[in-house]
Amino acid sequence: MAVYALKRILLAVPTLLAVLTLIFIIVRVVPGDPATAALGDYASKEAVEALRQRMGLDKPLYVQYVDFLSGLLRGDLGRSLISSQPVIDQIRFALPHTIELAVAAILIGLVLGIPVGIITAVRRNTMVDYVGRVLSLAGLSFPAFYLGILLLYFFSVRWRLFPTLGAGNFSDPLANLHHLALPAISLGLIETAYIGRMTRSVMINVLGDDYVRTARAKGLSNRVVLLRHAFRAALIPIVSLVGIFAISLIGSSVLTEIVFSRPGLGRLMVGAIRQRDYTTVQSIMVIYACFIVFINLITDLVYGLVDPRVRYE
Amino acid sequence: MAQAEATLPSVRYVSQRRRLWRTFTQNRAALVGLAMVAIIVFVAVAAPLLAPHDPLEQSVVNRLTPPSEGYPLGRDDYGRDILSRIIYGARAALLVGIISVAFGGLLGTAMGTVAGFRGGRVETTIMRVVDVMLAFPDLITGLLVAAVLGGGMTNLILAIGLTIAPRFARVAHGPTLSLKNKDFVEAARALGARDGRLLLVHIVPNVAGELLVLASLWTASAIRLEASLSFIGLGVQPPTPSWGQMIRDGTIHLTDVPLFSLAPGIALLLTVLAFNLLGDGLRDALDPKAQA
Repeated sequence: MAVYALKRILLAVPTLLAVLTLIFIIVRVVPGDPATAALGDYASKEAVEALRQRMGLDKPLYVQYVDFLSGLLRGDLGRSLISSQPVIDQIRFALPHTIELAVAAILIGLVLGIPVGIITAVRRNTMVDYVGRVLSLAGLSFPAFYLGILLLYFFSVRWRLFPTLGAGNFSDPLANLHHLALPAISLGLIETAYIGRMTRSVMINVLGDDYVRTARAKGLSNRVVLLRHAFRAALIPIVSLVGIFAISLIGSSVLTEIVFSRPGLGRLMVGAIRQRDYTTVQSIMVIYACFIVFINLITDLVYGLVDPRVRYE
Repeated sequence: MAQAEATLPSVRYVSQRRRLWRTFTQNRAALVGLAMVAIIVFVAVAAPLLAPHDPLEQSVVNRLTPPSEGYPLGRDDYGRDILSRIIYGARAALLVGIISVAFGGLLGTAMGTVAGFRGGRVETTIMRVVDVMLAFPDLITGLLVAAVLGGGMTNLILAIGLTIAPRFARVAHGPTLSLKNKDFVEAARALGARDGRLLLVHIVPNVAGELLVLASLWTASAIRLEASLSFIGLGVQPPTPSWGQMIRDGTIHLTDVPLFSLAPGIALLLTVLAFNLLGDGLRDALDPKAQA
């Protein structure tokens, strides 16, 4: 396992480098000049030139690239074009809120989705299954921000059970949880739909396998067959797909943060895009990229843990 | 032929297309999806006939009024009829959804098949870019590309198309690898077919089924992306009615005119659901094994 883990970690390095390079290129192909874009069309030539120098845009592209990477290694993400504050400070404030939201949503998705998937697979083609499938397809079709607005309308505006805006303070866990509840539920329910649908199809495949029939033939109880034999085998594809869902969650969390006016990476990024603050946009993309490579790495490691065959490939 | 029919009276030749149609029509969910898509397309095309009012007509004195006679869903913050704007919003949703998938699908299919067919450095380069782009969630890629290109309908279509392309490339790439070594491709090559013809006539049609399913499912996602980006303010620009934009403008008025935000959301939800149902049905029809 140690060898496999090491190999996998080393493999993540070139992937990360490729992603960082792509981000660097995309941000550089902005039509027009980022400095002009940030300052507006009416800025004086001198002001634009000064900003270009501060951003390092006057240097050749390869120097900019090396600066970008070496800055990242030192944990230096540059300064915001708008506020001149180090971008890392803003990210340090926003990141915990996004992570908290994502973790809560995934937990809700797993706790609700896996049982739903198992039950609908076992009771295939019964009423329970149809209801479950219709609900999960509706969940897949629900834009995350719209579900958020519906929850906001009913639970906050009409019934006044939850706050409408912002995030709680981490020093006050109860208030924090109160603020987290609706955003987490709106994302979590959509995760539930994805995880439930996928668990169902994986379980249906597994339930048709020979060893499940053997287990039943041995006279094992339904519970043991389902949980110890079938579900454990189904876990392998589930683990890898949960990694993919966790990544897609990063996308939908952007909208949820905006709907609930929560501080977080997504809202920071959209704000930076509106203000044409390209250093901040680039830095947040870098954080996302690290996140994604990290989640993929963890997924692969867990995969190796759950399925020993993977380690010897 | 007559002899064969005499010995096997019950066997009749059923064309593949007809068999697909039969499997598809036996799937109730898929038919519901198809019907819903047809209705939405009709609403978009016939919007001027269906909408009770001009979607752009403003009335300052009637700002944010609740549902009333002639205005069943009320009026928005400019006094415009919400129902008419939802009806016209179907145009933006379908236009962006369908054109961006067509653009992204063609681009992606070209990338995937050429990569698989050519191999070597072309393949490595294309597929590496595809993998990197696939690492990001669609909304993040869309957001970044839309930020780089700027707002507006054309840029939005480009942004969503570019987000979708790598997903088609990935799906088209795999089968191309095995198809290019098949005997019928070799035979065509031996007969003097050029690369372009081999790709277009012999390879792409064999990947088309899977790509069709993907196109339907991605139309659902493209419509959702359009709404999401318009919701953020990077999509369709006002005053053109777009559901995502209406939902955003309405959120501020959730307390007084909730339908301003909630009603366009229902239209959006139903449209996305329709294309998802259709895509699921197509997949089941094309791949009987996936029927679950």
